[in-house]
Amino acid sequence: MSGTPPIVTFQNVVKRYGDGPVVLDRVSFDAAPGDFISLIGPSGCGKSTLLRLIAGLSPVTGGDLAVDGRTPEDAATELSFVFQEPTLLPWLTVAHNIEVAQQLRGVPAAARAAARARAIDLVRLTGRGSAYPRQLSGGQKMRVSLARALTLEPKILLLDEPFGALDEMTREHLNEELLDIREKQAWTAFFVTHSVAEAVFLSNRILVMSVNPGRIHREVRVDLPYPRTGATRLSRPYHDLVAAVSGLLRSVENP
Amino acid sequence: MRRPLLNILLPLAIGVLVVALWYAVRYALTEDLKFLLPTPDEIWAALLANSESLGRATLNTTKGALLGFGFAVVVSFGLALLLSLSSLIRASLYPYLMILQMMPIIVIAPILVLWVGAGLNSVVVITFLICFFPLVVNTTQGLISTDRNLVELFRMYRATKWQETFRLRVPAALPYFFTGLRIAAVLAPIGALVGDYTAGSSAGDGGGLGFQAIIYSSQAKYSALFATAAVTCVLGFVFAAAVHILSWLMLAKWHDSYHRSDT
Repeated sequence: MSGTPPIVTFQNVVKRYGDGPVVLDRVSFDAAPGDFISLIGPSGCGKSTLLRLIAGLSPVTGGDLAVDGRTPEDAATELSFVFQEPTLLPWLTVAHNIEVAQQLRGVPAAARAAARARAIDLVRLTGRGSAYPRQLSGGQKMRVSLARALTLEPKILLLDEPFGALDEMTREHLNEELLDIREKQAWTAFFVTHSVAEAVFLSNRILVMSVNPGRIHREVRVDLPYPRTGATRLSRPYHDLVAAVSGLLRSVENP
Repeated sequence: MRRPLLNILLPLAIGVLVVALWYAVRYALTEDLKFLLPTPDEIWAALLANSESLGRATLNTTKGALLGFGFAVVVSFGLALLLSLSSLIRASLYPYLMILQMMPIIVIAPILVLWVGAGLNSVVVITFLICFFPLVVNTTQGLISTDRNLVELFRMYRATKWQETFRLRVPAALPYFFTGLRIAAVLAPIGALVGDYTAGSSAGDGGGLGFQAIIYSSQAKYSALFATAAVTCVLGFVFAAAVHILSWLMLAKWHDSYHRSDT
């Protein structure tokens, strides 16, 4: 946090849709480049709304939000997204699906092919480029979805419960792969999840949010060293952190 | 796939049974009524004997069917794009599309002859009218049924309206479009025949299969009438087969409808 300016700054950000209830109430925090920040909290705490604000898809109602030193609208080209659903186009092959994000951003074909080849290797789908989505497993589809986001080599990656629909084993594998990729591509991640274990394993910072209105209840720093591996999950500090965050989550769910 | 032999033998057996029944009925008829049901070999003979007039008529009908079908595909696609823009547009235009579909062709045929002239022009318009409705309804339904998550993805990446339409909505609508196309392909030859029957007669090109049917009927050439019906069936089959092949080429690789594991 010392010298480098933050990449995302929330200052007393308030969000409400129209005359509806306050979704986010006076949210303040800075994200340093390279941070992996997990957002965890009960349903309706505004986690996904927070991502939408960073993405510039919806304006803040009050306070200040800066992304990469600009307004979220202007910084939109620095972002990539991964959703809970793989959201692949079923009529395109894996290779063409991976290029979709670049096509929408107007990246020329030659540059697309190179970035696609890199991304497909990063997510370990080398050789599956000509397959169609229906031929893939749930985990493989999610890898394609991730590769599509990575082709843009974004400064910020927004992940909205990307592994929520996967089985435990696949989820743990993909968690480890995501951290591997992070070693090679330095983005800042905002990761929405319902899994405490996943949040602790991936993040260096966890924001535990409370509901009605959505607020940052507590920030938990995860000082486990990277790179993290399967062994990390067996370590004592990891388990202590999972227990601590679970306790916090319980306290905001049943105040 | 599991019972390949049965899949071929069973339809074949039914075909043989029908033909046998056909000959049996014919055999049972008294001599003065036998003309009512010509046998398949008599129909084949009539087909060969009238090959010149039937061939020309088939060509004319095919031309009318193809043009009417083609215009219907193009116009319905454009209209479906317009209809997919908003539910207000759909609500405003659907009633009139329904009326267009309900218009009795036989009643308006004489008026069409006055408007566009007899022969090919009328045949094309009538085929168009018959093919148009299933195409526009299915394509519109497809264009408005795009997976919401995919639309959200495109919006997140700030896709233009153009990209959203042609990279997302149109390909996603293809299965629906082909449903409409299959219905229209079967209707097209029938539409052309009806058009020819009601509005093709006085054209200089000798008319199509509908007009031939009128001629054979007036000449009491019942075998030739059956031959005309057979040719129309074959034409319909060719249209349907062409669309099925096209559909297979476009969808088989990715669409679930080609990968069902049941029955």
